[in-house]
Amino acid sequence: MLNYVWSILILTGIVIAAITGNIENMSQGILTSAKDAVDLLILMAGVISMWSGFLKIAEESGLTSYLSEKMKPLLHFLFPNIPRNHIANDYICANFIANILGLGWACTPTGLQAMKALKQLECERQDTASDEMCTFLILNISSLQLIPMNMIAYRSQYGSPAPMAVIAPGLITTALTTIIAIILCRIMCKRS
Amino acid sequence: MKLVSYLSMFLIPLVIFYIIVYALLMKKPVFELFLKGAKQGLITVAEIAPSIIGLLVAVGIFRSSGALDLICKGLASLKGILPFPIEVIPLAILKMFSSSGANALLFDIYRSYGTDSYIGFTASLLLCCTETLFYTISIYFTSVQIKKTRWVIPAGIFLALVSLILSAWVAQVFIS
Repeated sequence: MLNYVWSILILTGIVIAAITGNIENMSQGILTSAKDAVDLLILMAGVISMWSGFLKIAEESGLTSYLSEKMKPLLHFLFPNIPRNHIANDYICANFIANILGLGWACTPTGLQAMKALKQLECERQDTASDEMCTFLILNISSLQLIPMNMIAYRSQYGSPAPMAVIAPGLITTALTTIIAIILCRIMCKRS
Repeated sequence: MKLVSYLSMFLIPLVIFYIIVYALLMKKPVFELFLKGAKQGLITVAEIAPSIIGLLVAVGIFRSSGALDLICKGLASLKGILPFPIEVIPLAILKMFSSSGANALLFDIYRSYGTDSYIGFTASLLLCCTETLFYTISIYFTSVQIKKTRWVIPAGIFLALVSLILSAWVAQVFIS
């Protein structure tokens, strides 16, 4: 599926550029975006390594398993098939906390660790996503977050009279989309 | 309001502080653990680097081709029929692939319509409640060699549409 999405982006882009006469602009764009990707990766390397380091400390000190113990009812409700004391619970819990607090790239290392743990649970189905993986991913993109700090910063940068006015309605919308996401995952898991 | 920004400014240092104090109380070798984790982190970044380059190049091609403008023009006749402003449709599409691309488009919207207009506010809310679908899928799933993504992509697109409708609706309620 990802193969198709990726090809469609590139092919339709090139065809449309050829029709609208944007080819020159695009040739520039291709090179700039490759360069931007590496700039992004350099920044990511620092931030993700830092969070991975702190995550390791939290993991070895028992902090993550302590927190996932507290969140057990919720985790068990969302992922009924993960064994109760499996390490995947700890990583999922850490990832949700990073998401809710809006810690940005702290979400990536925790999310990838969670995926690896889920993969171990699922070793018989080699290249197919499990229900848990799908649910975890969908919940991740519904992005429940308490305070959208970046958005507030952008809004004040662009002269909003009330940059923080986005907090309450933002919370309402992400709460609603997260609830819908949970229901959707439930239905999809039941169906398959 | 001051308190909110104060609190969120302290959030990251506070989380780090808490992690370290907890580990010290448990008598763990914090720095050695940090080094171990950070090393893994670097390997992680190296693992996801190809996905990020591949995706960002594809998004770059799509954006610079003018396809998004074309979509917008094509949908112009639907103005008023859809339950959300058509100006935010390109934003919703781009946000599925790249955060930085979506942000650039958000700033365009802020410049042309203002941050607190109906369109500007809908755009703000939309970016609060959606995450980059394809980017997340490609990093998370390729890192564990998953090829068959099953219902994730359709469900993600459906959710993006729901977020779009909800953002416009909540924006309207809060603005009026």
